[in-house]
Amino acid sequence: MNLSPDNPTIMQERPRQARAAAESGPRFGETRLVRKKLWAEAIARSIFLLMALLMILPLLLIVGYLFYQAWPILSWDFLVTNPRNGMRLGGIWSPLLGTIYLVVISLVIATPIGVLAAVYLNEYAADNWFTRIIHLAVVNLAGVPSIVHALFGLGAFVLFAGLGRSIVAASLTLAIMTLPVIIASTKEALASVPLSFREACWCVGATRWQTIRAVVLPNAISGILTGIILQVSRAAGETAPIMFTGAVFFKAIKEGNPFAYGLFDQCMALSMHLFTISTQVPDVPKALPYGIAVVLLATVLLVNILAIVLRVYLRSRKKW
Amino acid sequence: MVGRRPWEIASEKLIELVIRICGISAVLFVFGIFFFVFREGSDLLFHRFNFKEFFTSIEWYPTSQSHVRYGVLALIAGSASVTALAMAIAVPFGLGAAIFISEFCGPKLKETLKITIELLAAIPSVVWGFIGLTVMNPMIITLFHAPIGLNVLNAGIILALMSVPIIVSIAEDALKAVPDSYREAALALGATRWQVVYRVLLPAAKNGLLAAVLLGVGRAVGETMAVLMATGHAVKIPSSVLDSVRTLTATIAAELGEASMHSDHYQILFIIGVLLFLITFAVNLTADLIVKGIRGK
Repeated sequence: MNLSPDNPTIMQERPRQARAAAESGPRFGETRLVRKKLWAEAIARSIFLLMALLMILPLLLIVGYLFYQAWPILSWDFLVTNPRNGMRLGGIWSPLLGTIYLVVISLVIATPIGVLAAVYLNEYAADNWFTRIIHLAVVNLAGVPSIVHALFGLGAFVLFAGLGRSIVAASLTLAIMTLPVIIASTKEALASVPLSFREACWCVGATRWQTIRAVVLPNAISGILTGIILQVSRAAGETAPIMFTGAVFFKAIKEGNPFAYGLFDQCMALSMHLFTISTQVPDVPKALPYGIAVVLLATVLLVNILAIVLRVYLRSRKKW
Repeated sequence: MVGRRPWEIASEKLIELVIRICGISAVLFVFGIFFFVFREGSDLLFHRFNFKEFFTSIEWYPTSQSHVRYGVLALIAGSASVTALAMAIAVPFGLGAAIFISEFCGPKLKETLKITIELLAAIPSVVWGFIGLTVMNPMIITLFHAPIGLNVLNAGIILALMSVPIIVSIAEDALKAVPDSYREAALALGATRWQVVYRVLLPAAKNGLLAAVLLGVGRAVGETMAVLMATGHAVKIPSSVLDSVRTLTATIAAELGEASMHSDHYQILFIIGVLLFLITFAVNLTADLIVKGIRGK
């Protein structure tokens, strides 16, 4: 059964008819009380509409304004040249590549753990106090402030594990921080696979894991992919967790070489670069920080839109 | 298990073990976070820590030459003031938007609004901070004739925009969880949509809505980069919304880079981290108990 919000239910149709009937002018039995009631309805409706619209407005204004300010600087060269002259000139190659490294490595770490954790929660875990604690831990992991994740990454990976300030340490920190995103969406996707699919598979003699691998995971792939994509967007935008675990203010790397960073190097990152440029470096050309902000914002928003398109497309193909 | 080879059984057992370990990983990580953050600050905490000064003094002079003082009251006040203002803006708008999405609009508009909210939630906090710095800052100076635009008002508005998405999505879930029969019963009695909302849905969903607000608070308290860039870095208890403040999170982010490894200053920042962890843990736990409380019955 599809309980998702876009499933048009009877509930959304019935009030519309009722409203159309109510708004078609004075009718038999329309007392002052009824008119008052309908007025209150109209006022409440428009206030709520206004509140909803006021949330779209900032998004459009922000994106529009940033693009407008950044327009003069955006070019291919901006993406593929290193920052120069105390980061006041040049492009964003080094931070861009650093962000890609951090995102890919944290993805490689977080995806298997997150997906299997969701498999455990949805397919194996009994409904008891221990499972409840795991759920609570996932919720809390999502709620821990990013700066506390940074402290954890510094204490655990950089110092205790001896990784030093490096891409690996920063990626591990990001992976743990973004784990709840993958767990939540994978779990939702697994839960939407009907039980009858599993039962059919068990009845032909498959084991639990065979059922999961052959039936449950393939049928839940859209939700899992959505989770992974959202993890990418989250990891790309985070600043605080990488500040003390592997990101540096400035590091020039070989331009044009996509493998210019080593795993145990420190790196620059777009989010950190934006912070540095806009707060620490004086006399920066006006368009430069906007350029960085737009590249970061565009990356994150495009990735999210990709997740949304994928979700809508795969949902439309769903056969149950 | 007739007809299965031993290695098949063994590999099944192995994969189950791996899945179980991943399953409890979230618990391990939460404990790990507390343990490692606590561990870095424990030396100071157990030997030279002054609880009274820490919680009641507004004097934060971690690098003073003559007399080092670690009072975080002003930082707590900073976090609290920014969060309070953010919630004052985000709660009515967030709940209003959730009610509109859940009760007043058709499927098409609903999908559009939800996607917009998803995108709003995706904007990185450093970009919000940048907006606070470059857009809100001059705007506040012009509108309110304030000497500086990096203050409680700036950070409050930014944080409100950042926590609205989480409030909307959780509140909408809470409204969706109210059985349709409640709405049908009210509509059958001749109630308008608005009457259904405030007489039936709000009372029925109040726990879920409260949880939505709490999660918004958790988000706002823990936010780092945006407040670091938009609050103006003044350690004091604010007397108006146009005062600059500094929050707990921003203090860690701003000073950890400068504090020398394992010095008292470095350790006190980890103790602030423990404090933040406990605050958000309590907020999330309460929110979860409120939601599960109704589901249990």
